[in-house]
Amino acid sequence: MKFSVMVNEGPYTHQASDTAYQFTRAALAAGHEVFRVFFYHDGVNNGTRMTTPPQDDRNIVDRWSELASEHELDLVVCVAAAQRRGIVDADEAKRNGKDGDNIAPGFRISGLGQLIEAGIQSDRLLVFGD
Amino acid sequence: MSETKKFMYINRHAPHGTVYAHEGLEVVLIGAAFEQDVCMAFIGDGVFQLKQDQDTSEAGMKNFSPAYRALGDYEVNKLYVERESLQERGLSEADLMPLTWEDEDDDWAEKPSIRVVSRAEMSDLLEEQDVILNF
Amino acid sequence: MLHTVNKSPFESSSLRTCLALARAGSDILLIEDGVYGGLAGSAHSTMVEDALKSMKVYALGPDLKARGLAEDRLIPGVQVVGYDGFVDLASANDKVQSWL
Repeated sequence: MKFSVMVNEGPYTHQASDTAYQFTRAALAAGHEVFRVFFYHDGVNNGTRMTTPPQDDRNIVDRWSELASEHELDLVVCVAAAQRRGIVDADEAKRNGKDGDNIAPGFRISGLGQLIEAGIQSDRLLVFGD
Repeated sequence: MSETKKFMYINRHAPHGTVYAHEGLEVVLIGAAFEQDVCMAFIGDGVFQLKQDQDTSEAGMKNFSPAYRALGDYEVNKLYVERESLQERGLSEADLMPLTWEDEDDDWAEKPSIRVVSRAEMSDLLEEQDVILNF
Repeated sequence: MLHTVNKSPFESSSLRTCLALARAGSDILLIEDGVYGGLAGSAHSTMVEDALKSMKVYALGPDLKARGLAEDRLIPGVQVVGYDGFVDLASANDKVQSWL
């Protein structure tokens, strides 16, 4: 079965990103395909590599990056939501005249059409948020 | 993409207090380009999104409510509002923005986009969908 | 259809709204703070007990454990599943509605 997942809250404040991660991992472990994970609203904050949680806490951003590299997961951060919240990749930084970028490995910035496409292409779309 | 799916965007948040209504509307407007069978549902505090006369000038926030009027032009013309949610909040259909769309198949007649439905009807509508997104 | 609820019924109307709109035969999965809705002997237990007459109600085990809730605190009939069970429920139902 082909799943897609939408994450609408940032890391640490709300459990949504944790639950989405555990669900995605379990789906992959069960042999399902995960077509895309789409980050929207404050969920785009899951995509910054500047996160530095204390040693004894989980690293939510790294966890997503590692899952992406292990399973060639498509982690997409919504460009409009990302621009509002200061999540930028090198292209976006250049385009908007910013002095640096902060996108984490395995994440890419793209448009809302990627979410609609995920809804069309996948058998199930699950939303995690507040 | 030849496949057409039934998409429902469920709105359960009031506007302005949180960003969900505003960014949710952006998804609906972008999604309209994909030519799917789209509808919106307004349940609970989501019905406040359609309240007339929203003016954010003194609050210093962006007033995105005029964008609901554009939905008809994007062929998003099925806005289901739960009657019980309106009643619980002391609202009636007259409190809502008069949203319309032009029916190409009926000599461009202007028709209302808002359809007030009962909870039971809303329950049936949920079951009919292929994809449900929540804002 | 699978419905998920992630809010405590003591704080939010999400569970009430979900149960009002879910049809007989639906699967309801309580996750995150939603698991508090599965507690027996609470002010909101009756709502879930009524739902159990026509629907299946599940609670996510890892979220119960995280909150110090043993299975014997749940309303009889509420079944506990793990993340693998969550995936199975999402596969078995034709769609998923998250009552955020």
